[in-house]
Amino acid sequence: MLLVLLLAPALVGLVGKVKARLLRRRGAPILQPYRDLMRLLRKEVVLADNASWLFRATPYLIFATTWVAAALVPSFATGLLFSWSADLIAIIALLASARFFLALAGMDVGTSFGGIGSSREVMIASLAEPAMIMVVFTLALIAGSTQLSTIAAFMASPAVGLRVSLGLALIALIIVALAENARIPVDNPATHLELTMVHEAMVLEYSGRHLAVIELAAALKLLLYISLIACLFLPWGLAPTGHGAGTTFVGIISYIAKLAFGGVFLAIFETAIAKMRVFRVPQFLGAALMLGLLAVLLRFVSASL
Amino acid sequence: MTVVIELWCVAALLIVSVLGLTTARWRVGTMIVYGACLAISAIALFAALIRLVAGGPATPEIVLPLGLPWVGTHFRVDALAAFFLVVINLGGATASLYALGYGRHETARQRVLPFYPAFLGAMNLVVLADDAFTFLFSWEFMSLTSWALVMAHHRVASNVRAGYVYLVMASFGTMALLLAFGLLAGPQGGYTFAAMRAEFHAPLTEALVLALTLLGAGSKAGLVPLHVWLPLAHPAAPSHVSALMSGVMTKVAVYGFIRIVLDLLGPPSWWSSMVVLTLAAATALLGVLYALMEHDLKRLLAYHTVENIGIIFIGLGLAFAFRAYGMDAAAALALTAALFHVFNHSVFKSLLFFGAGAVETGTEERDMEQLGGLIHRMPLASLAFLVGCVAISALPPLNGFVSEWLTFQAILLSPALPQWGLKILIPAVGAMLALSAALAAACFVKAFGVTFLGRPRSAVVSQAGETDDFSLAAMFFLASLCLLAGILPGFVINALAPLTQNLVSGHMPLQSASSWFAIVPITASRSSYDGLLVFVFIALAALLSAAAIHRLASHALRRAPAWDCGYPDASVRTQYTAGSFAQPIRRVFGTVVFQARESLTIPPPGDASPAVLRVELHDPVWEGIYAPIARAVGASADWLNRFQFLTIRGYLSIVFAALVLLLLVLALWL
Repeated sequence: MLLVLLLAPALVGLVGKVKARLLRRRGAPILQPYRDLMRLLRKEVVLADNASWLFRATPYLIFATTWVAAALVPSFATGLLFSWSADLIAIIALLASARFFLALAGMDVGTSFGGIGSSREVMIASLAEPAMIMVVFTLALIAGSTQLSTIAAFMASPAVGLRVSLGLALIALIIVALAENARIPVDNPATHLELTMVHEAMVLEYSGRHLAVIELAAALKLLLYISLIACLFLPWGLAPTGHGAGTTFVGIISYIAKLAFGGVFLAIFETAIAKMRVFRVPQFLGAALMLGLLAVLLRFVSASL
Repeated sequence: MTVVIELWCVAALLIVSVLGLTTARWRVGTMIVYGACLAISAIALFAALIRLVAGGPATPEIVLPLGLPWVGTHFRVDALAAFFLVVINLGGATASLYALGYGRHETARQRVLPFYPAFLGAMNLVVLADDAFTFLFSWEFMSLTSWALVMAHHRVASNVRAGYVYLVMASFGTMALLLAFGLLAGPQGGYTFAAMRAEFHAPLTEALVLALTLLGAGSKAGLVPLHVWLPLAHPAAPSHVSALMSGVMTKVAVYGFIRIVLDLLGPPSWWSSMVVLTLAAATALLGVLYALMEHDLKRLLAYHTVENIGIIFIGLGLAFAFRAYGMDAAAALALTAALFHVFNHSVFKSLLFFGAGAVETGTEERDMEQLGGLIHRMPLASLAFLVGCVAISALPPLNGFVSEWLTFQAILLSPALPQWGLKILIPAVGAMLALSAALAAACFVKAFGVTFLGRPRSAVVSQAGETDDFSLAAMFFLASLCLLAGILPGFVINALAPLTQNLVSGHMPLQSASSWFAIVPITASRSSYDGLLVFVFIALAALLSAAAIHRLASHALRRAPAWDCGYPDASVRTQYTAGSFAQPIRRVFGTVVFQARESLTIPPPGDASPAVLRVELHDPVWEGIYAPIARAVGASADWLNRFQFLTIRGYLSIVFAALVLLLLVLALWL
C-alpha cells in the first residue's frame, strides 16, 4: 500500500520529464512532484468565503477511496491479503465515488469554473464508466471471475491465448484510462485556459494541504490505471501466491519497469496527439463503449474469441 | 399468527383513518393520527420481520366470510409476502415519524389525515391477500386512497391534471389485472391463489397473462411506456405521501408482478424474459435521462424511481431467463439482486423525498433553479440527503452498490444460457444498466450540487432553517439503514434465501460462512465483495491521511473571496444552474432521445432587449403514444356526438338496421 503511494508522484514526474524532452526542453526533474507536494503542504489554505464542510472533507474522502482502490490492484504479486474484499467492479465503483465527491466539491463554492468542470466531468464519466464495465465483463468472462488477482493469475497462465475480444478490450481500456486521468486528448493536465479545463476547473478553488492531497490522489489514480493495464495485459513477472524472496524481487523490478514503460508510452502519445473539442470526446468514448460491447458480445457468442 | 397480527394492524389503521376524519379539524389530530400510524406500522414491521427471519413454511390461510359469498376473503403470509410487508411497514413507520414534524405544515389536514392510514392499510392488504377478489379490491382501494392524497391540494391546476392522468392509468391497470386473474382462474373459476397455482396454464394463456400483468402491475410500478402518471402524481402529493408512493407503492406493484408471474403462472418460458428484459432496460435508461432533464426536485426523484424500477425488472428478467433453463442458483442470485434493490430503493427513495420535503417546507420552492447553498442553512438535513444521493448512485460502501453489483454478477453468469436471442440481448442490457448507473451518479451530483451547494439563487433560501427533529430522526434512521445494508449485506441475502427457495427452487450460498461478513454470490474464487472491510479501509485511510496532514502540514487557514478572474463580485447568476449542468448530457443523449434543440436569439447591436436561449425537448413516449390515443378518443367522441341529434326516423332506422344485422349474424352463425 505504501509502495504505490511512494511511486505515484515519481510516475507523474517521469511523464512530465519525457514530455519535456520530446519537446526538446530540459524539463523539471523527475522528483519535482515530491517537492511540489511538500511545498503545498507547508502553505496556508485559502478557503473561499462560502465553502462548506463538504469542501473541506472532500480531499480526504477522494484520497481515501483512490488509495483503497489502488491498493487493491496487484502491483508486483498476485494473491494480495485482502483482494477478496473488493473485485474489479468494486474498484471501479470506488473510483466513481471519488469522482462523485470531486464533482460536488466543484459545485460547492458557486463559481462558474467549478460548475463547468463538474458538468463536463460527469458527462465524460457517464460514458467512460460503462465502457470500463464492458471491459471488466470481457475479462471476467474470459477468466471466469471478477476477482482481480484471479484474472491476473489467469492472464499470466498459458491458457489465455490470443483473442480478438482481448484486443478490443485493451483498446477500450486505454481510451478509458486516458479519459479517467484527464489526459490529452480528453483533457489537458497542464492547461489553465478556462474553456478546455475539466479536472483543473473542479479543483481551482483548492489550495495548500487540500490541493496536495488531491494532487496525490490524481497521481495515485494514474498509477492505478497503469498498474491495471500492466497486471491484466502484461502480467509477466507477477509473483504468484506463496512465493519466495527471489520472485518478489523480480516482481518489484518488473513492476517498476512496466510503470516506466507505461509512463513513457503515455508521454509519447500525449505529445503526438492534439486535444479534442469537448463535444468530440463523447464520440471518442462512445467508440470505447462500442468496442467494449463488441468484445463482450464476441465472448457471449463464442467461447474461443 | 403473523397473519392475525397483520390483519389486526390493518383494522387498526382503518380505525385510525376514521379517527382522522373526526380529529382533522384540530392541530392535535396530526399528532394523534401519525403517532398511531407509527406505532401500528412498527408492530406490523416487527411481526413481519420475525416471520421473515424465522423462515419456515407459509402460515395457514385465514378465511373471513366477507367479499364474494362463494369465495370468502383469504389471507396468507409466506416468505415473499413477509418480505414485502417489511418493506411496506418500514416505509410506513418512517413516513409517519417524518410526518409527525412535517405534517404540522399541512394546510389541508382534513384531506390528508383520513386517507393516509387507509392508504397504509390498503398496501398491507394487497400483500396479505390470497385470492383474486381480495387482491383486486385492495389494489383498487390502494389506488383510490393514494389518488385522494394526490388531490389533497386540488386547487393547484397541475395537481388536477396529475390526479386525472393517475386515475385513468390506475383504472386501466386494474382492468388489465382483472382480465389476467380471469384467465388465471380458468373456466372453473378458481379464484383463490391456491387453485390458480394448481391449475395448468396453456402457452397462449401464459402469454396473455404476462402481457396483461405487465400492463397492470407495470403501469403501477412505472415501466416505460406506462410511467407517464408517475412524475405527475408523486410530486403532487405531500412529501411523506410522495415517499410512500415512490418508495413503497411501486414495490407493491413489483410484488403483484412477482406473485402473478413467478408464483401463480408457474415456471416462465424464455421469451417472457426477453420481453421483460427489453422493457426493463429501456425503462432504466429512459428513466434516468428524463430525471437528468428535470429541474423540479420532486419530479426528478419521481423520474428516478422509473430508473430504479427498470433495474429491479432487469433482475427479475434475468431470474426468468435462468429459471426457464433450470439454472436455479443463477436464478436465485438474480432474484435476490432484484429484491435487495426493492428494499434498497424503498429506503433511499423515502429518504430523498423526505429531504425534498424538508427543502420544500423551508423554502416553499421545488424548482432547483431557485435554490442553492442550503448546506449552510440546513446542515443536518443536507448530510442525510447526501447519504441518500451516494446510496442511490450505486457507490460503495452504501447499499445501492451491493444490489447493482449482484445484478452485474448475475449478468456475468448468462453466457451459459443456451438461447441465442438471450445471448445477444443480455450484453446489451448489461451495457444499458452500466450506462444508467453512471448517469444516475451524474443526476445526483446535479440534484445535490444545485440544491444544497453553491450560492443561493434566490431570496427564498435565506428564510430556510434546519428542519424539525422528527423529520431529522426519520431521515437519519433511513441514512443509517443505507449504511448498514451496505456494509452488512449478508444478513439481507440470508433473509431472502427461503423466499428464493420458494419461487425459483434455489438460493444463494449461506453468507455467514464467509469471513468478515463478505458476500459471495456463487463461489469465493469467482467473486466476492466485503462492504464492511471496504468501509473500514476507506474510513481508516481518510482518518490516517487527515491525521498525518494535520500533524505534519501547515494549519494556517484563511477565508477569502472565491477566485473571480479579476471580475469582482460576480453575480450569483453566473454560477452553473441545473439546466446548464445537464447541458453536455443533453447534447450527447438528449438530441437522440428527446430531439433536444437549442435556439439562441441575440439582439443586434444597439438593441437593449435580452438575449434568449430556448431549449426544446420532446417527450417521445407522450407524443408517440399518449397524444395519438387522446386525439383518437376525442375524434371518435366528436363523431359519436352526431348521434345525439337525429330525427325519430333516424333512430328507428338505426334500431331496424341493428336488428337485421344481428339476425343475419345469428343466421350465418348457426
